[in-house]
Amino acid sequence: MLKQIRDGDWISLVLWLFRAVVILLVLYGTVAKLFFGVGNAYSGRDWANFFISGLSQGSLYALIALGYTLVYGVLFMINFAHGEFFMSGTLTATVFVALPLSASGFLDRTPIIGMMLILITAMSVSMGVALLTERVAYRPLRRAPRLVPLITAIGASFFWQYYFRGLFGSSLIPFPELQVLQGRYTILGVEILKTRAVVIVASLIMLVGLYFFVMRTKTGKAIRAVAEDKDVAALMGIDVDRTIAITFATGAAMAGAAGVLYGLVFRQVVFSMGFVPGIKAFTAAVLGGIGSIPGAALGGLFLGIFEAIGPPLFLEGLGIPGGHQLKDVIAFTMLVLVLIFRPQGIIGERLAEKKA
Amino acid sequence: MALLEVHNVHAYYGNIHALKGISLTVQEGEIVSLIGGNGAGKTTTLRAISGLLPPRAGYITLQGEDLRRYKAHQLVSKGVAMVPEGRGVFARLTVEENLEMGAYHRSDRTGIAADMKRVYQLFPRLEERRRQLAGTMSGGEQQMLAMGRALMSRPSLLLLDEPSMGLAPVLVEAIFQTIKEINKAGTTILLVEQNAHMALQTAHRGYVLQTGEIVLEDSAHNLQQNPVVQKAYLGID
Repeated sequence: MLKQIRDGDWISLVLWLFRAVVILLVLYGTVAKLFFGVGNAYSGRDWANFFISGLSQGSLYALIALGYTLVYGVLFMINFAHGEFFMSGTLTATVFVALPLSASGFLDRTPIIGMMLILITAMSVSMGVALLTERVAYRPLRRAPRLVPLITAIGASFFWQYYFRGLFGSSLIPFPELQVLQGRYTILGVEILKTRAVVIVASLIMLVGLYFFVMRTKTGKAIRAVAEDKDVAALMGIDVDRTIAITFATGAAMAGAAGVLYGLVFRQVVFSMGFVPGIKAFTAAVLGGIGSIPGAALGGLFLGIFEAIGPPLFLEGLGIPGGHQLKDVIAFTMLVLVLIFRPQGIIGERLAEKKA
Repeated sequence: MALLEVHNVHAYYGNIHALKGISLTVQEGEIVSLIGGNGAGKTTTLRAISGLLPPRAGYITLQGEDLRRYKAHQLVSKGVAMVPEGRGVFARLTVEENLEMGAYHRSDRTGIAADMKRVYQLFPRLEERRRQLAGTMSGGEQQMLAMGRALMSRPSLLLLDEPSMGLAPVLVEAIFQTIKEINKAGTTILLVEQNAHMALQTAHRGYVLQTGEIVLEDSAHNLQQNPVVQKAYLGID
């Protein structure tokens, strides 16, 4: 720090102080909470519950974050319409499949087949929306400056939000409750809401499945080849446009599935539901290192857990009441911190150094 | 009929007129070499043939078939393979995955396995490193990988862009030896080189490019004897 003062490098000095203040605040809050019992008293079981709910929220972030990271990997573009891919599938599947199946009793008689139908519908609609967006809003701009597709992405995001608002209205739509998923499992003495357990397990299966798809299959290898060099990939006989479309569709399928899991947990869906999870998942992708698949998974889980444990831990320790309402502040403070101090994320390359 | 015919091709980078009416032919079984200085249009010619930079005027035929209606990725199954300048290996794919990408358009598993064996025979170094990430290998090894990868598509025409670039002299010799072997095994080769000396020793015929135009065309032997070529490209006064 002395070196910065000597060199008159005030910007990095301020950044150093900023970093120190944040770390001190977190440490102070944590110590105050754990050793001096500031705020509410939580039992070990409470902490386990915070952790589990963070894990399930985080696995949703992870699933959505994959879409950002996959698309960034091949196009070096942040697809701000990704939250809408998440919303569109869920909304459609809820209205056209989940509610009718629930009303007829089919969903509770054969919950597995019912859920499969809902999932397939949501994933298909999300993929369709993604393919259409890619074809109409992104592909014609492939050779444009990088800011241009970013702007159309924001436009596409608004388009889809209001399109689906027009289709399904602006009020909250209830997502049906499944009888089999009511209540809790007790695992190692910790009670877990059944829906949360399902979310965690389903997400893990999909994360692993996607990793194998990208690492082991021919199409997955083509996606990685296109991510590295589009011209050379074309010289290998890889249809670059098609591979990019597949990448969008893959990310959207994950988002569609995440949307259904979101519906299970929060039991309501609406046209604007994609916005906040979308930005959170983007944060998760940056946190893990955008472009990296394990990074997106890790970043999502980390963000979810941090959001759930942070408020009771150091916000209460600092004497801030109602910390849970501040979890978004924690998430986005973390985004800012990562962008300033470790732009390459937990794993991954520096954003700025990536070639266009 | 020649294997490859390039007819009066004009190509542009934006407004820059990079190829000003290039015509050349490559016969089946030949090694043809394009030599010329920086910015003469050598790489551009290869990019035009491989479909990466479609010509704005003129046309290119392969075994009599007009290539204008194919995109770059479709040309591979027509028998054109290219080793790009700077090798272009996929750094974050393993050696074996790189080779698999070379055979992307094929679906005959046994044929692909056999060809991979052949590539490993040609470049034993690659077999030792098959699970290694391509980006961690030396320049010479990456050149071998790029050539092996191109061979995985079973090309009838192999386009090589500066295979000697950035390699130690011993390796350059080895690479050109391999080029001859590949040619003897039945692959026609169009070679672009700054190293005119090695290129003309290896090739049967050659073309000299200057600012987007072909200024000389002759057998490699005659080009080596040509005083203009000697002075400009071989460093002989």
